[in-house]
Amino acid sequence: MPLIELRHLHKAYDSVVALEDLNLDVPEACLYGLLGPNGAGKTSTLRILATLLEPDSGSVQVAGIDALKDPRAVRRQLGYVAQEVAIDKILTGRELLQLQGDLYHLPRSARDQRMAELIKRLAMEAWVDRRCGTYSGGMRRRLDLAAGLLHRPRLLLLDEPTVGLDIESRSAIWDVLRQLVSQGTSVLLSSHYLEEVEALADRMAIIDSGRVIAEGTPDGLKQQLGGDRVTLRVREFSDASEADRVCRLLQLVEGVRQVVVNRAQGFSLNLVIDEEAVIHRLRQCLDHEGLPVFALAQSRPSLDDVYLQATGRTLMDAELALAGKRDIKQEKRQSMR
Amino acid sequence: MTSSALPSLANDRGAFAELIQETLALTRRLFLQLMRRPSTLIAGILQPLIWLILFGALFANAPEGLLPGGMSYEKFLGAGVIVFTAFSGALNAGLPVMFDREFGFLNRLLVAPLRSRSSIVLASVIYITALSLLQSLAIMLTAAALGYGWPGGAGLALVLVTLLLLVFAVTALSLGLAFALPGHIELIAVIFVANLPLLFASTALAPLSFMPSWLGWLASLNPLTFAIEPIRAAYRGPLDLSSVLLEAPYGDVTGFGCLSILVALTVGLFLLIRPLLNRKLS
Repeated sequence: MPLIELRHLHKAYDSVVALEDLNLDVPEACLYGLLGPNGAGKTSTLRILATLLEPDSGSVQVAGIDALKDPRAVRRQLGYVAQEVAIDKILTGRELLQLQGDLYHLPRSARDQRMAELIKRLAMEAWVDRRCGTYSGGMRRRLDLAAGLLHRPRLLLLDEPTVGLDIESRSAIWDVLRQLVSQGTSVLLSSHYLEEVEALADRMAIIDSGRVIAEGTPDGLKQQLGGDRVTLRVREFSDASEADRVCRLLQLVEGVRQVVVNRAQGFSLNLVIDEEAVIHRLRQCLDHEGLPVFALAQSRPSLDDVYLQATGRTLMDAELALAGKRDIKQEKRQSMR
Repeated sequence: MTSSALPSLANDRGAFAELIQETLALTRRLFLQLMRRPSTLIAGILQPLIWLILFGALFANAPEGLLPGGMSYEKFLGAGVIVFTAFSGALNAGLPVMFDREFGFLNRLLVAPLRSRSSIVLASVIYITALSLLQSLAIMLTAAALGYGWPGGAGLALVLVTLLLLVFAVTALSLGLAFALPGHIELIAVIFVANLPLLFASTALAPLSFMPSWLGWLASLNPLTFAIEPIRAAYRGPLDLSSVLLEAPYGDVTGFGCLSILVALTVGLFLLIRPLLNRKLS
C-alpha cells in the first residue's frame, strides 16, 4: 500500500480551480518529486497533505490514515517545510527548535539530543544561537528543514525547498534529503526546477492545471518518450512568423514526429525525430527552401521533453504564461487563516 | 524495513501533559518576545503614569468635597488609571496572533499535532493577563508612593478579581478581532479608535455627576465603568459590595451588580468568539 494515496482531489478558490481530479500514489521510502510550473497545483496538494487545507472533494490517505477524518494522527507522521519560511525573527534558531519540539510533545532529553544532531548535520552551529531575523535565505531554509525533521517524521513534505537559494545551500539541502531517503524517510517535494527533480527524485509526477499528466521514474518517462531531440535555429534571431513557417515545413519531413516552436528560447524549433538519419533530410529540406541553418543540436530526451510532450509547451513557457496571471495578494489571503 | 531504524520521536505522553507542554512553550515564546522587545511593556506603564501625574496635577486645586465621598482627585483618578492600564494592555492581546497569521507562523502551529488548538488562545490569555496585571501593579505602586493610598487585604482581592474579569473580557474581544480582521493595520486602527473614547466615556476621569446626561448614559453603559467603581470602592474602604457604587440614569448599581456585569460580559464575549476561533483554527 502506498504511503500517500490521493484520489479525485478537487479544490477551487472562489472561481479559480487549483486541483481538478488529482490522483497520486507515493510509495514508502522514496524521494518523490512533483514537477510543474507555478500555479499548477503543487502547493495546494502539499497543503492538503499537511492538513492545512481541505479539498472540496476527494480522499487523502497518509500511512493508511484518512487525513480528513483524523488530521492530528497524520500531523504526527509528517514534517512540513512550507514555501514561505515562517520563523519568528525575535527568537534564536535554537529557541525555535525548542518550541517546535514542544509542539510535537518530544520529551526534553530526546528533543535536545535530536537538536544537537540536526544542528551538526545541517552545519548550523555557528549561527543557531543568533536571532532568526539576522539569517540569510539559506540559513532560514536550513533551520526550517531542521524544524521539519525534529520529530523524525515518516514523511517530509517540502514545497520548493531550494527556490531562490545559493548553490551551496542548495547542495547542502540536497545532501540531507538524499541521506534521509537512504535511512528510510519518505520525501515528497515540489519543484519547478527540472534539474532538482532530475537530480533527486526516484519517482516523479508532472502536474499541470491541477492534474497529474505524467507519472513514473525520471528515466522511465524519458525512455517512454523515445526518439531523438533536435533543437534547430535557421537564424540567430528568428521572428514568430518565420519560426511558424519553418515549423510547418519541417512537419512534412519523413521521420519527424513533432515540431514545436520554443518561444522562451527566441523561437527556436524543438523537434522529435525517429532516428539520426532524419537530420540529413532536415538539412536537405531547408536547403531546398533556401533557408540557412544557424544552429542544430541533437540530444537524448530530457525531462523538459517529457514535460513538453505531456503539455504541448515547455516548462519555461508555462512559467512565462503564468507569471503575468499570478495574484500574490490573493495567494497570501488563501494561505492566511 | 529501514524506517524502523528511525522511530518517530513523537510518542504519546498523555493528553493533559501534552496540553501543558504545548501551552507553556507557546507562552514562553510570547515572554521571550517581550523580554527582547520591552518597549510595549515600558510604553504600557509610562502612558498611564503620565495620565496619573498630569491629570492629578490638573485637578490638584479642585475644591474639597466636590467629589462624592469627599475623595481627593488623585485618589479618585487612581482607580480609573489602573483600569485603563489593564484595559489598554489587554486590548493589544490580538496583535501577536495577528502577526502570526500574517507571517505564516500560525501555519507552523497548525501543522503540528497540537493536543488542542485552544492552547494557542490559552497562551495568549496567560501572557496578556500576566502582562496587564504587572502593568497595573506598577501603577498601583506608583500611586501608593505618591500618597494616593493602597487597598487593604480584602480590597486588594477585589482589585485583582475585577482586573482579571476585565482583562479576560477585553482579551477575548481582541483575539476575536485578530481573527476577524484582515490585517494588523486594521487591528491597530480599531485599538487606536477604541482606546481613548472608552476612557473618556467612563467614570475614570470624572464622576457621573459632572457629565451631561448623554455622556452619563454612555459612561453607565461602558464596561470600564463597572471595573472602575469596585476598584475605587476598594481604595475608599471599608468594603461593602452590596452598597450602591454607581448611580446610573437607569438605576443604582451595587458592587455585586458591577461584578456580575463583568462576568456576563466575559462569558458572553468568549461565547461570541468561540465559533470564529473554531472556524479559523479547525
